[in-house]
Amino acid sequence: MGTISLKNISKSFGSTQVLNNLNVDINDGEFLTLVGPSGCGKSTLLRIIAGLEQQTSGDVLIDNKNVNRVRASERDLAMVFQSYALYPHLTVRRNLETPLRLRDYNAFERLPLIGNFSPSKKEKTESINQLVNKTSETLKISELLDRKPGQLSGGQRQRVALGRAMVREPVAFLMDEPLSNLDAALRVHMRSELSELHNSLKTTFVYVTHDQAEALTMSSRMAVMIDGNLLQLDTPQEVYDNPSSLSVAQFVGSPKINIFKGTADSGGTVSFLNVNLKRKSSESNTDLHIGIRPEHLEITNESNENTFSGTVAYRENLGSDIFFHVNIEDGSNKIIVRGLPQFTHQISNGSKVNIKRVSDKALLFNEAGMRVQFTNA
Amino acid sequence: MEAKQYIGEGWKHAILIIGAIVVMLPFYMMVSMSLKSQQEIQSISGGLIGAQETQTFPVCVKTGYSEDTCTMKPYQYNYWFAFEKAPIPRYLMNGVIVTLSIFIIQVLVALPCAYALAKLRFYGREFVFSMVLFCLLIPVHGIALPLYVMLAQAGLVDTYSALILPWTISVFGIFLMRQFFMTVPDELIDAARMDGMGEYAIVWKVMLPTAIPALLAFAIFSVVAHWNDYFWPRMVITGNRDLFTPPLGIREFRGGIDSDEFGPMMASIVTVTVPLIVAFIIAQKRFIEGITLTGMK
Repeated sequence: MGTISLKNISKSFGSTQVLNNLNVDINDGEFLTLVGPSGCGKSTLLRIIAGLEQQTSGDVLIDNKNVNRVRASERDLAMVFQSYALYPHLTVRRNLETPLRLRDYNAFERLPLIGNFSPSKKEKTESINQLVNKTSETLKISELLDRKPGQLSGGQRQRVALGRAMVREPVAFLMDEPLSNLDAALRVHMRSELSELHNSLKTTFVYVTHDQAEALTMSSRMAVMIDGNLLQLDTPQEVYDNPSSLSVAQFVGSPKINIFKGTADSGGTVSFLNVNLKRKSSESNTDLHIGIRPEHLEITNESNENTFSGTVAYRENLGSDIFFHVNIEDGSNKIIVRGLPQFTHQISNGSKVNIKRVSDKALLFNEAGMRVQFTNA
Repeated sequence: MEAKQYIGEGWKHAILIIGAIVVMLPFYMMVSMSLKSQQEIQSISGGLIGAQETQTFPVCVKTGYSEDTCTMKPYQYNYWFAFEKAPIPRYLMNGVIVTLSIFIIQVLVALPCAYALAKLRFYGREFVFSMVLFCLLIPVHGIALPLYVMLAQAGLVDTYSALILPWTISVFGIFLMRQFFMTVPDELIDAARMDGMGEYAIVWKVMLPTAIPALLAFAIFSVVAHWNDYFWPRMVITGNRDLFTPPLGIREFRGGIDSDEFGPMMASIVTVTVPLIVAFIIAQKRFIEGITLTGMK
């Protein structure tokens, strides 16, 4: 079992409020990502779960037991750190053994030399060795066991850090930006490895990242945090398609969602620039923010009441896609449009282009940044 | 490289060489005098090792040895007589006992203190640290007399305790280790806590091994200072020659039976200095190897 519940968690350092009354329920075996821009309090929340930091108010429940007063080491959680935090003076084997030795040996058995006289120690050592060997085989680090962390590459250290967390078979893994010190290619590779690991271990993962791509690719659910508030907690697809607020919509998705200034008339019909969405919003007679993702816009030759025009400021070629950064004619906006290479290869910087919407998809937000729904399809 | 650059480099080396000579000259004199006879020392002749003529040494005879025993080469005589006249091994052993005890207790005190000051959050931490800095400013000689009186009241004068106790809390050690611990990433400590270590276990099993280079630097300061200290042992060791530390021992050769005999005196100084130099060379090698924090990042 590995459920974690956070009830009304608040945290302040002096007069600065870092976390604001958070409620999160993490299910057993779930891969939950805490994602948000740096400084949003996600790492603090993870450290509160771990017991390394004490919340100012609220409760942490692990497997329905209140652990507010339980020390970090007794919560049976394992943590992987951004800097790996391996013991630099110990070999990989000893690094992996350390949590087990501290858990399994009693105080007498941990003593140097005379500890060996304890009758039960041999058996325990045996089982520790087995666990270490098993884990190192799973992570393919068996041949590294006799090296020191200083002799390993970044990716290998990452694996050892994972191994040190795994050997204990904890109720949940806490990961604090574990991939951010790796180079780009390795990071993408480790994403899939972590997902596979999660599938095979079936243990709860709580994963902190500022990289929305990691959150989207790996998690079963993601919690978007901004400025100490939990804005949305849902599956990645749902967060992407149906963001609850403007900040979530802007944070999730790369390239960023395009935001247009628009209006809803007295009947609720929404329009922006010269384009009429022909859909009605639930709020009428107001200014709105209209969000349209780059993949829902397209460059076209047509010029009619459904298109608007602009000048290409920058052409970003990613191979599979080309993103055009376009300055809209009235100078109000700079937007990003996705184009397929085969149709748009002749368009270069400075070209004048017409843009139309590909699908009906659009997201409405009111002045305060909260989501507004359409009333008709 | 052009000739101009050679000249530039040459200047630097010339200055460094002059500096090295200034520093090395006293050592050269010490070694040289420990090998030569009294006459050669006084007439400043004989180069590094002198003529090494076998001769009979008058001071030795006066001390009560037979003329046969007292006839040998100067270098043999200097070292033999140094050991004969004063129990140098005993002094060396005292030096080792005192400096090692001081260093070990200093580490036992300084490491937990430094860890608390660097990594734990508690009320009044900044104040405590400022007190540590303040204590760095107090000169030893300023508090020597009160310290002596206290030790005398406690009946500890003329004991090892008098030599060791006043030095067991090194504010310099606390300060140095605190500065080093500040550079150890918090994540390493958090990882140890997650693994189930208590705070004391973290100090001895995580912080100590990562701090070896800093600890060696501190060891050099501490051991050299207390090995060479003349002032304090001179104050608290008043009568018992068995407790003499090496610098006190050297004093035995001043104003002997009839005159100052420099040969044996320098021989004893060489004997006292060599262990330190050897220790430094060994430590220096470890310095360079030093266990670094490469496990992080």
